[in-house]
Amino acid sequence: MSAIPTFPTAEPWSLPSRGRVAMLSLIIGESAIFTIFVVAYIYYIGKSISGPTPQQVLDIPFFNTVCLLSSSVTIWLSERQIERGNIKAFAALWALTMALGIEFIVGTALEWHKLIYVDGLTIHTNLFGTTFYSLVGLHATHVVVGLLMLTVVMIFTLTGHINIRHTERVQVLALYWHFVDAVWVVVFTVVYIVGR
Amino acid sequence: MKGRRRFNAFVAQRIFLCDSVQHQRGRPRALFITPHKSETHNLQQHHRYFDAKQMSSIMRKHDSPSTRPFLWAAFLLVKPALSRAWAQTKHTPPSIFAPASTPAHEIFGLSMFVLAITGGIFVVVGGLLTFAIIRYRSRKDDDASEPPQIYGSVQVELAWTVVPVLIVVVLFLTTARIIFAVQDAPEPKDALDVTVVGHQFWWEFRYPKLGIVTANELHVPVKQATFLHLLSADVMHSFWVPELAGKTDLIPNHPNDMWIAPQRTGLFLGQCAQFCGPEHAKMLLRVYVDTPEEFQAWVKDQQQPAVDDAAVAAGRHLFETQACTNCHAVNGTAAIGTFGPDLTHLATRDTIAAGAVKNTPQDLHEWIKDPAHFKEGVLMPAMQLSDPQIDQLVAYLDTLK
Amino acid sequence: MADQPFPIAGSLDVTPPRVREQMTVGEWLHAWVVTVDHKRLGILYIVYAIFFLLVAGAEALAVRIQLARPDNHFLTADVYDRMFTMHGTTMVFLVGMPILFGFGNYLVPIMIGARDMAFPRLNAFSFWLTAFGGLLLYYSFIGGYGLYGMGNAPDVMWLAYAPLTEKAFSPGHTMDYWALSLILSGFGTLGTAINIIATALSMRCRGMTLFRMPLFVWLMLVTSALTLITITPLTAAQIMLVIDRYLGGHFFDTQAGGSAMIWLHFFWIFGHPEVYVLVLPAFGMANEIIPVFSRKAIFGYPAMAAASIGIAFVSTGVWAHHMFTVGMTSVGNTFFVLSTMVVGIPTGIKIFNWLATLWGGKIQFRPPMLFCLAFLFQFLIAGLTGIMLSVAPWNWQLHNSYFVIAHFHYVLVGAIVFCIFAGIYYWYPKAIGRMLDETLAKWHFWLFLIGFHVTFDTMHFAGFLGMPRSIYTYEADRGWGTLNMIVSIGGFIQAIAVLIFAYNLIHSYFRGRIAGNDPWDAWTLEWSTPSPPPVYNFATDPVVHSRRPLWDLKHPEDPDWKYE
Repeated sequence: MSAIPTFPTAEPWSLPSRGRVAMLSLIIGESAIFTIFVVAYIYYIGKSISGPTPQQVLDIPFFNTVCLLSSSVTIWLSERQIERGNIKAFAALWALTMALGIEFIVGTALEWHKLIYVDGLTIHTNLFGTTFYSLVGLHATHVVVGLLMLTVVMIFTLTGHINIRHTERVQVLALYWHFVDAVWVVVFTVVYIVGR
Repeated sequence: MKGRRRFNAFVAQRIFLCDSVQHQRGRPRALFITPHKSETHNLQQHHRYFDAKQMSSIMRKHDSPSTRPFLWAAFLLVKPALSRAWAQTKHTPPSIFAPASTPAHEIFGLSMFVLAITGGIFVVVGGLLTFAIIRYRSRKDDDASEPPQIYGSVQVELAWTVVPVLIVVVLFLTTARIIFAVQDAPEPKDALDVTVVGHQFWWEFRYPKLGIVTANELHVPVKQATFLHLLSADVMHSFWVPELAGKTDLIPNHPNDMWIAPQRTGLFLGQCAQFCGPEHAKMLLRVYVDTPEEFQAWVKDQQQPAVDDAAVAAGRHLFETQACTNCHAVNGTAAIGTFGPDLTHLATRDTIAAGAVKNTPQDLHEWIKDPAHFKEGVLMPAMQLSDPQIDQLVAYLDTLK
Repeated sequence: MADQPFPIAGSLDVTPPRVREQMTVGEWLHAWVVTVDHKRLGILYIVYAIFFLLVAGAEALAVRIQLARPDNHFLTADVYDRMFTMHGTTMVFLVGMPILFGFGNYLVPIMIGARDMAFPRLNAFSFWLTAFGGLLLYYSFIGGYGLYGMGNAPDVMWLAYAPLTEKAFSPGHTMDYWALSLILSGFGTLGTAINIIATALSMRCRGMTLFRMPLFVWLMLVTSALTLITITPLTAAQIMLVIDRYLGGHFFDTQAGGSAMIWLHFFWIFGHPEVYVLVLPAFGMANEIIPVFSRKAIFGYPAMAAASIGIAFVSTGVWAHHMFTVGMTSVGNTFFVLSTMVVGIPTGIKIFNWLATLWGGKIQFRPPMLFCLAFLFQFLIAGLTGIMLSVAPWNWQLHNSYFVIAHFHYVLVGAIVFCIFAGIYYWYPKAIGRMLDETLAKWHFWLFLIGFHVTFDTMHFAGFLGMPRSIYTYEADRGWGTLNMIVSIGGFIQAIAVLIFAYNLIHSYFRGRIAGNDPWDAWTLEWSTPSPPPVYNFATDPVVHSRRPLWDLKHPEDPDWKYE
């Protein structure tokens, strides 16, 4: 018998899942980085001394936004599927999520192509260019990283290695994806609505 | 009764809050940190800590009575430096406790108040710590028993939360008052306006209403407000002359304003207080507070175009053809460069290179030959001139009075 | 059998002690490089930090030799600028952060009864990121121009104010090394912070509620949470600087309408909470050491935990007290005066709690306690000079002067380094299994104390006399010569003390008295394991019922859980 006095500990002992805690902590840290870039963007609205202005060159990316925000819905649906063990349905919804994410990136790339080659707006053109490409680019980088992670999961699914026991890890990854979408809501509002 | 009055006055002085006792009495009072034991102890005897004559002369020089008690504390802290300070003919070594201008005085008063409160906290808390360490040390002949385990006490913890909150309230309110008094002071109509532009590593001074452009040595009149508008041509700098005011930064793309109101004449030293590159250490400031007559004479002189002395025509010719004019301006000649200091009245200045080098012909010669020898990293290049050429140049520059 | 003598059965290591010595040197090195054991990573962090402590200390001595006399020519201006910039950058990022997170790494899992951190491989990855970031920073000395003029080492103060750091004013690569190496180290720090949070929240042993965690764990948890929103603004600002320098961006380019002010704001939004990230773990160590050597429980545990959280929260709202001279409005200045004074309240309360812990105790003057007692006085003074600096008008005089340097060294050295020394004397026996020599410890303590005060007490007066910071020399007629000479002498006294300490660490590793499990008669879980603990920490998962599980075992007639 151990030296620790044992007497009934009535309450059950439960602790939060470490994956969730870690992902939430990462999200808080990343939010701080985005906040700084958003503050810089807002601070510099209207302060460019030359070059194209947001009103002149920015078109509101409706379709991209709809795709990205829908991908949050599809990933949520896929989480529900893997909770029940329906791997095939999970895989289909996961693929749909990836497709929507890829569309967002492609759409952003097309938008940037137009801005650079048609409107002549680059990161060094003026303050608007610097802050726009930095903020939107930072977000797009996070989307790309998320897509890479989604791809890894997709490969594991297609090779048959994913089952119901991986639910929690998938949910932690989905949390990241929801964060990326939430950031887009903020970036979209600041860049395309407030800043124009 | 007399002893009690003296004792009360003594207590009032030590709290630093009440100065009415001081100027009612009209006589210098000694200031102590250590309490004296007996009420009947003669206050006069404590004057042996200070030179009373010095004290009286200071009292006469300062208008505001409320500064008097605070000055006493300065003595205890910086007496050695101040012993020379009141001679006033030479420049004084800088000190934030020797204010010579209204904003510096305001800050000094506040700082003495804060010092008193924090000093009091130190004595109380430090005393309790010392007491606890000595009283509750474990003795050699101790048994191995553990002392009573006290986990906390709500009343005690509440008390020692409330007292700091009250102290913070008092400190905050007194601080806020001075912030608004100094920062938001309205500009009087007769204030002198100076625009200060910080460069790497020198100061440009412009008097827009007087049409004067000069460098590194600022002249202002005594007993008059001078409002400084602070700009920067390159990186961040900071204008700091401790005896005249607190410092304010010169930030590119962000103009700032500050003011001084010197109350005595003299030369006050300062320097750039924000790291601005390799020669930040030698971006010195010299502020000459002149009597109104001296200031008028200086202004008149500075407003003249450059002296044109035919004897130094060779030097002037060198100046205008050897690329000096790319950076320097001399009013009334073809030299209109703005990258470096204006040299129109160079010979009236005591120093060159932003206070780092004396303005003597020998030093000026060495400077032109190789500025980096004095101020490595300075932006003025060595001009690759021969010694005779530099001699001619120096002869010319020395005529620019 | 609740009266089985202590240590806890099942916690003893059964691995034969000779196993370690049968490895070849290569195998031994390999084991250290690939380790994911939190204890080894903790030791790696601490050894790394002590190495850079000696390097940054040498940089400081070079600075002090140059400043000992006016108009000195020991160092040229640009070498001096690199020395003091690297001293600051190294001390904050390669000494302070690593050593404190190293302690956190070692102690947090073992204090909460866990076997390792929540993510051991992330732990290792974070350490190596930090380590390589530091090496990249020091590579700057030889990158570019080689050693001529000390190469490309950063030379614009560790604060790196814009626009001096833009390509126009820093055309070489100094700023690139500065920004990139710190971005790298910053990711490492972020990883460790996430790990500590996940560990403290998700890996506690049975019975250890949040309010039964040792206060050191509380403070590491709060520090790590604060780090998440502290280091990230710096990373963001450094990314912006890199965009400006490499991609032609204009974030801080004042010629294009950019602002020097936003660098200031972003840097200090990092910079102020950063000093709390540095000081809170030091408080945590004091919270463990002072009670043990007073033989009393910490006074006011809930208040201490609450004060830590309060300090972390409020510290995010005080940053502009570093910017009182940049020309903010009077209302803005007033707000930051208030918030800065407010953050002093929970900090002061902590001092009172420590005082109350000492009160009525039986104070033992062993080396860890000596350093903690000095810490108490010095932190009191540091806090008071901080109050002086929070008074904005006085700050207009004191800002960027030697008074500020004296103040923050009082906190960083007088409080944090003293606590770190205390922590090393306290936990070295646990990690290594041998006690540090007490005679050498006392020499270290007294010499360091004297040197510290000779240097940093005197420095306050240089500030009063108008001496600004970051100057490589000064005029003889300023009246600063004698003060600077005294400051420099104190620096050398401290150096001797630190060398004695380094010798003690090495000497005691081979010749120290065997420590046993619990040399200090302490009360938290790490003292129930052998010294050094086995790689799995505890053979059986502990179960605790109070804040001081070992007190309960040693005093079964008077356990803590009756009073909590």
